[in-house]
Amino acid sequence: MKISRKEVEHVAALARLAFSPEEVELFTRQFNDILDYINKLNEIDLEDVEPTSHVQPLHTVLREDEAVPGDSALLEAVLREAPETENGFFKVPPVID
Amino acid sequence: MPAAYEVIIGLEVHVELHTTSKMFCACPNRFGAEPNTNTCPVCLGLPGSLPVFNKNALELALRAALALNCRVNRYSRFARKNYFYPDLPKAYQISQYEFPLAAHGQLAVYKNRELLRNVKIERLHLEEDAGKLLHDEGQAYSYVDYNRCGVPLVEIVTGPDLRSPEEARIFLETLRRTLLYTRISDCKMEEGSLRCDANISLRPWGSETLGQKVEIKNMNSFKAVQRGLEYEVKRQAEILDRGGRINQETRRWHEDKGMTDEMRSKEGEQDYRYFPEPDLPPVIVEDSLLTRIGTELPELPLPRYRRLLAEYGLTPYQAEIITGDRDLADFYEETVRIYYEPQKAANWLLGDVLKLFKQFPGAIKQSPFTPLHLAQLLKLVDGEQISGRTAKEVLEESFNSGKMPELIVREKSLGQISESHELEKVVDTVLRENGAAVRDYREGHKKAVTFLMGSVMKATGGKANPQLVIALLEEKLAKIGE
Repeated sequence: MKISRKEVEHVAALARLAFSPEEVELFTRQFNDILDYINKLNEIDLEDVEPTSHVQPLHTVLREDEAVPGDSALLEAVLREAPETENGFFKVPPVID
Repeated sequence: MPAAYEVIIGLEVHVELHTTSKMFCACPNRFGAEPNTNTCPVCLGLPGSLPVFNKNALELALRAALALNCRVNRYSRFARKNYFYPDLPKAYQISQYEFPLAAHGQLAVYKNRELLRNVKIERLHLEEDAGKLLHDEGQAYSYVDYNRCGVPLVEIVTGPDLRSPEEARIFLETLRRTLLYTRISDCKMEEGSLRCDANISLRPWGSETLGQKVEIKNMNSFKAVQRGLEYEVKRQAEILDRGGRINQETRRWHEDKGMTDEMRSKEGEQDYRYFPEPDLPPVIVEDSLLTRIGTELPELPLPRYRRLLAEYGLTPYQAEIITGDRDLADFYEETVRIYYEPQKAANWLLGDVLKLFKQFPGAIKQSPFTPLHLAQLLKLVDGEQISGRTAKEVLEESFNSGKMPELIVREKSLGQISESHELEKVVDTVLRENGAAVRDYREGHKKAVTFLMGSVMKATGGKANPQLVIALLEEKLAKIGE
């Protein structure tokens, strides 16, 4: 499987990243290098091996349903970091669907 | 003229789970708080914060899955759905993808007590809600409130099984009723705790393949679901009639304008770049948990409806209304348990009592008027201690004050006069004062007795036992005639 420049550009657009033609060239090569490396796995018989999604042998880690009120000092700090706020709301450019 | 196209509708329903805290953090899950006050590093997507799954959210979702006859997957896991939108500070939503919590369910939908269809539930999965965006048309900004961000949701996806906008609405009402029985959510469409998107397509009758589907959003009431889809059927039929093609798109329903318009071209599914959520380990549902949730599941509306028919001899109409609301059904059965007169209890409950419940601002369960009150009231009527008319007064008073009916009757001395010597005095007076009516009666105008009866009732403030009054009047009138 080969990754094309077009695919790199598509993924970059989805991630809202803008690259120069040289960068696209570089990442296309690097994507393919990574895939080539991973493709080594195809040399082994993996018929009976489940794909791994999580490396740690943990499952069903749950917390009790108990609420802790929001921290107003933290909220103030977060709102201070935002480019614009108003009456406790974050203010963003108008969202047009 | 028969419609030219078959309508195919599938629904995606989001239901907020009624937990105390959010899905992956301890922030309160509460509607209507000051903006952004129920937030923390996890739901604000601050770097370094990590999600931990809420046990109650899992249990409520399992309850929903069982109520919808789903097969629960013993292994499920979370996935990241990546997209940029200001309502989602992490730029991904934690959802489920290839391994949903449950699948292969079904829900029977009835119209006028006739089975309309068994609607397939394709999947039921867990995901977190996004924040809320507020924007007024023409404003230079949108305002973001993250209180809802991270609230636990189940998404319920039906098969493309629904065949008309009306059916879609009835399905949604049935789903809501079922979920309300399980108490996993308050299911309020107007507050957004129950939300519904629809996929709709048309195809020529007899066609095996599905037509191009369009997604409809922003239908914020049951009525809007039906109206929005009706509009869309018409719109798509007109395009197909003139040989046009339906675009794959997402459209927004405008309740005020009564129309849909295009929202945005729908991104292809792969563009969400789903991948397993690395911060949350998989979820394994043990037998013991599933068994416990199963035993805790209440009797659902349909089996309860059937049981009420069989057990109490209710009419289908009565049973349908009573089981339409779990609280009402509980109230009914508790009343009948105390006082076994199923028909009388149903008549009173569905008549005067229901009228009062409808005016009551809270839930039936919170009303100061309990099954004990109703049972006692019915016993008073049955024992002829109060008349039917007085009973209505006592009911209202009892409803407003929470006082027991017996106490009200005693305090206000509303008791029905069933002592014949007491009534006899009243009857004698009435006969004496209404010589004309007595004469009419004796001349064969038997209707005059109704007038005399009314006079007795008036004289006793409605408290006289009517049967006794009639008996006394007839006895005395007969004697006068001798």
